[in-house]
Amino acid sequence: MKKRAETLKTWKLFIGGAFPRSESGRTVELRSTQGKLIAHLCDASRKDFREAVESARVAQVGWSAATPYLRGQVLYRFAEMIESRRMEFVDARQLLGTSARVAKQDVECGIDRLISLAGWSDKAAMILGSQNPVSGPFYNFSAVEPAGVVVAIPSIDAPLSSTLSLIGGALAVGNSIILVAHPECAVQPLLLAEVCACSDIPAGVVNVLTTDPSSLAKTAAEHRDVRVIAAFASGRVRHTLRAGAAENLKRVSVWPPQSDLSTDYWGSPTFLASFTELKTVWMPRSL
Amino acid sequence: MIIPHSSTTEDWDYASAPESLKVSVAEVHKLFIGGKFVKAADGGSFPTVNPATEAPLASIANAGEKDVDRAVRAARKALRGWRRTKPLERGKLLYRIARRIQERSRELAVLETMDGGKPIRESRDVDLPLTAAHFFHHAGWADKLSYVARQSTAPDGIGVCAQVIPWNFPLMMAAWKIAPALACGNTVILKPAETTSLTALRLAEILQEVDCPPGVVNIITGAGDTGRLLVEHSDVDKVAFTGSTSVGKQIARSCAGSKKRLTLELGGKGPHIVFADAPIDQAIEGVVRGIWFNQGHVCCAGSRLLVEESIAQDFIRRIRDRMKMIRVGDPLDKNTDLGAINSLAQLNTIKGLVETGVREGADRFDVKCALPERGFWHLPTLFTRVQPSHSIAREEIFGPVLSVMTFRTPGEAIARANDTPYGLSAGVWTNKASKAYEMAQQLRAGVVWLNCFNEFDPASPFGGVRESGFGREGGMQGLAAYLREEIGGVR
Repeated sequence: MKKRAETLKTWKLFIGGAFPRSESGRTVELRSTQGKLIAHLCDASRKDFREAVESARVAQVGWSAATPYLRGQVLYRFAEMIESRRMEFVDARQLLGTSARVAKQDVECGIDRLISLAGWSDKAAMILGSQNPVSGPFYNFSAVEPAGVVVAIPSIDAPLSSTLSLIGGALAVGNSIILVAHPECAVQPLLLAEVCACSDIPAGVVNVLTTDPSSLAKTAAEHRDVRVIAAFASGRVRHTLRAGAAENLKRVSVWPPQSDLSTDYWGSPTFLASFTELKTVWMPRSL
Repeated sequence: MIIPHSSTTEDWDYASAPESLKVSVAEVHKLFIGGKFVKAADGGSFPTVNPATEAPLASIANAGEKDVDRAVRAARKALRGWRRTKPLERGKLLYRIARRIQERSRELAVLETMDGGKPIRESRDVDLPLTAAHFFHHAGWADKLSYVARQSTAPDGIGVCAQVIPWNFPLMMAAWKIAPALACGNTVILKPAETTSLTALRLAEILQEVDCPPGVVNIITGAGDTGRLLVEHSDVDKVAFTGSTSVGKQIARSCAGSKKRLTLELGGKGPHIVFADAPIDQAIEGVVRGIWFNQGHVCCAGSRLLVEESIAQDFIRRIRDRMKMIRVGDPLDKNTDLGAINSLAQLNTIKGLVETGVREGADRFDVKCALPERGFWHLPTLFTRVQPSHSIAREEIFGPVLSVMTFRTPGEAIARANDTPYGLSAGVWTNKASKAYEMAQQLRAGVVWLNCFNEFDPASPFGGVRESGFGREGGMQGLAAYLREEIGGVR
């Protein structure tokens, strides 16, 4: 034995705070741009997806009941933990053939975005809601609420910054999230899952599935416990998501996969509004 | 429907108090395209009747594919100039429209009642004031959009908007659609429902009177086919629909493969929750207003009454007593509380669901009173012993039919209220403010009325969650439906 053999990681899914293999037993190869085999990733099935929804649905109740201040602190802590492991994210991306500069940019953009979005947890409602001056003796206001379970598809071009934008946006306003990551960009979300598992984010609030999103698009769009689809997608996947959502009228936001994740939009209330519902309340006032 | 609660009034006969204004209706109505009234390309037409008498009122042009295309092209052509019109000038046009509607409001109210069957008291006191207010409110937004659009300092409209509206509040729905679209610099093709086209076409006259630039608003008439052609037209940028959930889903499907922006305001099965600690007299009036306003043709109607068990018996008895005082009949009579059902088709739908309710085992109660010989009528109806699984507890009836259930704890009330795919409105009656706000928090609905019901205002965003649709109408948040969303640039 000339030198020490490297210990290769077995990558698994992240559902309800645990790391199970896909119930299907199927895997998908992940290779670098040079064709070197990096890993066998789990190929998530529809059953895995339904289990993730069940975890996310239960966890969302508690997460949305947490105070906005606490949610902000938990997300900021999440960002701190990612920061301390940032080189791991850069290395993992480089291993697949991305340049160090691009990999580093994506990681730094992602962490900064998460910090920015964490700060919205106790502020978004101020910007998105309103007190409405109706013409009558009523107190009338519109307040934002979390939509519920979010299914999100990250961008292959910007795996970490898109994933953290989606997690930050969904979680800041009280949703839970299921990330469906394409194998080509799955390593970053899977590393995030490991950070998440030892962070203060409750189990089930963040779930990560790896598979080609086109295989789960229909299931996700048609699932009645999923309230929002937020996806970097185009072409057939985009159409499948929107057509499936037409059956139950869930909210769908689709952005082009080539979107520039460094713009202010991803830290804006307009982006956060993708993950909220608006409730208007009337109350008469009188003595 | 404000009648003093007193047992003596029951025996009184009210002398009729018919609305005296006679509104003349032209025999033939054309399409309003590019600022002009034009015939349908194939000369097609359909009749519109007064649902209270079944008498034909007029013949309405039926827009086909060529007409839809012509209207979309007119709207596209007008877009450039309208977009470049100074925002304040756009607002000034909306102010003019609001004023004209106020001036002609009595005529419009009478016409609305003749064509749609709703009591004149409601079209006069609710529909028309809210229609004018909606234009007035949005007129003021036109030059303030940069304070609303968060991602853009020079906010812009979306473009050509296809808007399809229902028959329950014909003119008010036209205002809810047209006013924000114009304020944000869009152009519009509006299709009213086929049973209630007349007031929308009178609005077209008003648009001519106030010199609205040709093509900025086009109004085309027809039934579902016309609506489908319009929303599926390839040169439409935005679709806004108010109507049933099933049609809303069809529209969402047809838009799935396109870049069209979509907002939907759909059906509901609104829970109306009454706690034992409620102000009971007001709650009775609220429940009555919640379901028997506008013959129950209200998407946000409180059609599921949930009463706390300890007061249920007495409360239901009082609702029944109150029902006996609802006057059903000639919508043009100023004493009338409940007018005609909008169409024979809708009457049959209501009757069908009522029969299903009886068949599934609920107890039916309705008041006995004489109805006119002709016309489409349905008595106020109350169902007790309703199970959550019954059709009348799950399906939108869109008529004067109330389903009553009971609950023991606030938790049970919330669980029952939220047990529906819809999420448009909800009502809560309790004198305990902390309980009211916690209920508001936990109910899944876009609008929650605490100790009131069926209140509307142009400054208050209205719209649903879940299968009641998405997007808001009214208020600051309603403008987002008509502003182009600026997202980060694409690399």
